[in-house]
Amino acid sequence: MTSRKTVLVLGGSSDIGRATARAFAKAGYDVQLAGRDVAVLEPDAADLRARYNVEASVSKFDVLDTASFEGFVSGLPALPDVVISIVGLLGTQENAQGDLDHATTIMRSNYEGPALILGLFAEKFLARGSGTIVGVSSVAGDRGRASNYVYGSAKAGFSAFLSGLRARASRGGVHVVTVKPGFVRTRMTEGMKLIGPLTVEAKVVGDAILNAVQRRTDVVYVSGKWRLVMLIIKTLPEAIFKKLKF
Amino acid sequence: MTLVSGWGRFPVVDTDILRPRSFEAVGEAVAGASGTVARGNGRAYGDAGIGAIRTIAMTGFDRVRSFDPATGRIRLEAGVLLSDLIDTFGPRGFLPFVVPGTRFVSIGGAIAADVHGKNHHCEGGFGRYVDSILLRTGRGETIEVSREQDSDAFFATVGGMGLTGVILEATIRLRPVETGWIRERVVSASDLDAAMRALDAGDSATYSVAWIDCAARGSDLGRSLIYLGEHAGRAELPDGADAFPLGKDPGLAVPVDLPSMTLNRYSIRAFNELYYRMGARRAGGSHLVSLFPYFFPLDSISAWNRIYGRRGFLQHQCVIPEQGARDVLGDILERISRRGDASFLAVLKKLGQGDGILSFPLPGYTLALDFPIRGDILNFLDEIDRLVVTAGGRLYLAKDARQSRATFEAGYPALQRFKAIRKSLDPAGKIRSRLSQRLFDEVQP
Repeated sequence: MTSRKTVLVLGGSSDIGRATARAFAKAGYDVQLAGRDVAVLEPDAADLRARYNVEASVSKFDVLDTASFEGFVSGLPALPDVVISIVGLLGTQENAQGDLDHATTIMRSNYEGPALILGLFAEKFLARGSGTIVGVSSVAGDRGRASNYVYGSAKAGFSAFLSGLRARASRGGVHVVTVKPGFVRTRMTEGMKLIGPLTVEAKVVGDAILNAVQRRTDVVYVSGKWRLVMLIIKTLPEAIFKKLKF
Repeated sequence: MTLVSGWGRFPVVDTDILRPRSFEAVGEAVAGASGTVARGNGRAYGDAGIGAIRTIAMTGFDRVRSFDPATGRIRLEAGVLLSDLIDTFGPRGFLPFVVPGTRFVSIGGAIAADVHGKNHHCEGGFGRYVDSILLRTGRGETIEVSREQDSDAFFATVGGMGLTGVILEATIRLRPVETGWIRERVVSASDLDAAMRALDAGDSATYSVAWIDCAARGSDLGRSLIYLGEHAGRAELPDGADAFPLGKDPGLAVPVDLPSMTLNRYSIRAFNELYYRMGARRAGGSHLVSLFPYFFPLDSISAWNRIYGRRGFLQHQCVIPEQGARDVLGDILERISRRGDASFLAVLKKLGQGDGILSFPLPGYTLALDFPIRGDILNFLDEIDRLVVTAGGRLYLAKDARQSRATFEAGYPALQRFKAIRKSLDPAGKIRSRLSQRLFDEVQP
């Protein structure tokens, strides 16, 4: 038996998921990658094995299929020490305004699914008395903005869930980390106009998550600049804020 | 369309950039338009990594497929960077056999340019350690090529500047090392003759390269510092030293384009004088240096290309056959020192035989210099090219942005053979870069 720790990455084929898996594998963790398409995950698992001489497995996980969650958790090769949810869907705000199906998918992908699956792991971890839960939320959840409030409100719900879970789980030896990446150069943001100094590479997010788990940080703004930006955005009076278009 | 340039920031041209996420999507990108080339990390200086119409960004393909620690054989996607390879496998006791002057190049780019390092005189170029290549051709096939299988395609792809197809994956061999340290010996040479003698004497060293002071004139012409190096064994390290030093991310960055007058004959001369004197003081004994400053001195300054200002710069790298090299190199250095604006990055080194059909190296001496783009620099470099051609030499395509067809054709006598292989892999001419338009392709009437 190996004495190494195991990390489960939900949304393992995303750019942030891949970078996070590499950061943990480099630090000596065995890795479980989970995502919708196992065939897409397998080359990344092989990459981790070849690079870092760790064990890496793949599992099918669909964040919208909540009925499958209990079977997913019990079907894992082992209960992980760390579970990280990187699942999310940016969607299109304009479409979400009139298309209920699209709005529902955004809300379920960013709030319902991630919250329910991490909640399940929290029960298992609390029963064991140890474990770390990481939810990748968003600065967009800090305040609903005209340009992306469907996505932002789902992330706000997820952040609130993580906050409450952290308060409860900390008494049972389980730590919860909320990560708010800000702009990241990934497939999800390809083609978007990102503000250079506020934008980071996926690798920076992966390293920040590992760091937060090792140091048991509660809430991580990957770039410190975002903490300041969001502080200003959060404190603007509503009368002024509603006139802003961003 | 996006404005794109190479590392030298000249020329800047429009191209569509595609970021396929699967090899199938690469195939569709190649089939979709006439005039596509793959781009790695954009470290070719001129127009080699820019498609005639569209450019396929390959850095997303950054997976290691398999690694065998018993043999050092590794299978990689083409977008893996050498820096990644060194950071990941260095601590496990493996390094690439060949590294160029920057570690921020992709595997695909290193193969396409058949890059050389400070060990070319004795160990050959990057292509020598490539066992096989997975290639997507313009004909629409995905083929595995090696010395045994489709060897024509293999030797055309090594050094073929991406023009035989898109390199998707490769199997290469890594060098087992005990440490990430180099035992370095510095030799000072007071003029060109001494420098060439010192390089000849350094033939037995695994690594050898000369930094040459292009501002020196008269009896000092060609004065140099020669850096010889060997991989240090574990027993050579002082107690408590890390066997593998960490490569720092570039800390210092050039944040803006400096005014193009920052580098002038006075600032360059002053810098070179200081650099030579400091180096000469270290000459004689040997000492340990981390592989990072030894192989990649400029990598510690990110975006150093901005030091030449917005107009960019040209790097001129030629190789002169051994026979008669002394006189030609003397003539070239004489002309450069008279001009006075060649920069501090002036390198003289011995090369051996290249492996690919279009590989740059041939047995002789290679001289590499940077020039800011201003005044009559293009005419001046044409003059230098005439000396190179007369001596039977050639220019390095990975650095080139401006040589003429005549210079290119004179320097690469195997060109017709390359063109025939390329034609068979890509009869419709799907794969074309700005460089191939400039130097290879039939001129459209």
